[in-house]
Amino acid sequence: MSTTDSGLSTRALIQPRRRRQKEEMPKREPGFHLRITLPLIVFLIITLVPFYWMILFAFRPEGSTSLIPIPFTLDNFVYVWEVLGYDVFFKNSVIVAVLSMICTTVISVMGGYALARYAFRGRGGVMVMLLCTQFIPGAMMLIPLYSIFNTLGLVNNLWSLIIANVVFELPLTVILMSSFISKIPFELEEAAMVDGCSRLRGFLLIVLPQMRPALVAVGSFTFIGAWNTFLFALMFLSKQELFTVPVGLGYTIGENSVQYGAMAAGGLVAAVPVVIVFAFIQKYLVQGLSGAIKG
Amino acid sequence: MSAFTTLTRAKARRRRGSAPWMLLLPIIVLVAIFMFYPVASVLVTSFFHQNISTPWANGFAGLENYRVMFFEDPNFWPSLAFTARWVVVQVVLQLVVGLVLALIVNERFRGRGLARALVFSPWAISGVLTTSIWLLMYSPTSGIIRLLEPLGIDGSGFAPLIGPESAFWAASIAELWRGIPFFAILLLAELQSVPKELYEAASVDGAGRIRRFWHVTLPHLRNVIVLSTLLRGVWEFNNVDLLYTLTNGGPGTSTTTLPLYVAQQATIAGDFGYGSALTTVTFIILLFFSILYLQLNRVSRGKD
Repeated sequence: MSTTDSGLSTRALIQPRRRRQKEEMPKREPGFHLRITLPLIVFLIITLVPFYWMILFAFRPEGSTSLIPIPFTLDNFVYVWEVLGYDVFFKNSVIVAVLSMICTTVISVMGGYALARYAFRGRGGVMVMLLCTQFIPGAMMLIPLYSIFNTLGLVNNLWSLIIANVVFELPLTVILMSSFISKIPFELEEAAMVDGCSRLRGFLLIVLPQMRPALVAVGSFTFIGAWNTFLFALMFLSKQELFTVPVGLGYTIGENSVQYGAMAAGGLVAAVPVVIVFAFIQKYLVQGLSGAIKG
Repeated sequence: MSAFTTLTRAKARRRRGSAPWMLLLPIIVLVAIFMFYPVASVLVTSFFHQNISTPWANGFAGLENYRVMFFEDPNFWPSLAFTARWVVVQVVLQLVVGLVLALIVNERFRGRGLARALVFSPWAISGVLTTSIWLLMYSPTSGIIRLLEPLGIDGSGFAPLIGPESAFWAASIAELWRGIPFFAILLLAELQSVPKELYEAASVDGAGRIRRFWHVTLPHLRNVIVLSTLLRGVWEFNNVDLLYTLTNGGPGTSTTTLPLYVAQQATIAGDFGYGSALTTVTFIILLFFSILYLQLNRVSRGKD
């Protein structure tokens, strides 16, 4: 392009025009609105109306039939937080999700590095083992895992849930990490080692900073997955002071199915952290998820 | 300095034998203890009577659990049939609608980033939360049907979770709502990698939009479709959170999948022996169909 050589001033002149051109770029062919805009609006409505319905019930006084949350109330939140014990559930869920995220990320960086950087006998076998685990059904592991955690004395201990989360997330995240690390040129690390860095220092100084997208992707997938775990939590944690938000919500659904306000407020408590994490990562999501799938 | 360098490099080389295994140790230990050992123990337990509520009857059972499952249990075959229906309906509809959604948000328009974020957002929502959202939508007294009342539709008899057939579709819609973004996300990533030249070449050859889709887009998406449908099929087969909380397999046992039945055996009945036999059979079925699916696909690809 000729503009690359030109000075700053000309580039400043060129850029506004360029931007305008870019905005005009999508040429509206005949039928664009019928083909794209209309279906997109339908999709948006189908996606967002259920969310809105929950928000409406959460902020509307019990018994109101208004379609906007006016009159507005926080009673439902006070009720689930203080009476139903969502303050404790929320704290437990944060502990479980954060610890699951940290453990999974650290272990999968280690394993991913080994698979990406070393040629060793048994590497193929490890990959096959990791892929095989994808067919092991979580619901089917309830019984044996319960027995193991019972033996280890971890039933009614948040660590049982954390371990189960880590084990079920690990295989995919290791493969994702390994494929990401193998795309970072090894020469960078080698140069650092020639300069006298240890392998660990070379990794920490050279490779790790470049892995930010993968760390964000793996960390947030694991956080969302761990935050949402239901069946394991239901099975391993039977004391109310150890319930996580999904288990609490499950009981709210089961016991108070006519108390729509409490159900909606509890649902919002469950939704807010994942929605925040999702908003934060959704840019990386398309690349990250497909990387995880394709290995 | 140089002597130091050669020393560390030699050291690095010498450690190369065990270093990868040290790094992989946590994974191998965790997977062995919490995945492979449980699979083995399920297999063994399935040959025993082991029930929390009747501990005095525990002991070796031989094939008794399997005999009961195949010939006496009135729930086994219906739940197997329901599982097949559930998985097929979910995977097919999620794939088709997800593909349409991916094609739409792959177009260029203003606000595309925000539109993507919004339509993909149910992906992050858990099964239990989906249940609570859709229970509010399906409420007979204050559900979404109320929005249609101004149009003259009478919503007074609206109770989709009461009848077996309507409960199936009510659960299906809720699961589709959060399942479609999964396919849309994966397919969108692949759509972005279709070389522009292919479309241009096809256009020059006079191919219209539909023919370009059939002959350029779809073949390009083929691998990711095979892989994502397999993974999603396994996932829909296994995941019980939504059905457990939304219908709990009901009304009656009409929406009970095999894994849900296992989960109920484990959490409510406490019958670990019988639950293990169910688990073993379910696992074998899953493995069989996964291999069959991949094999069929390889055969059909060979013909191309």
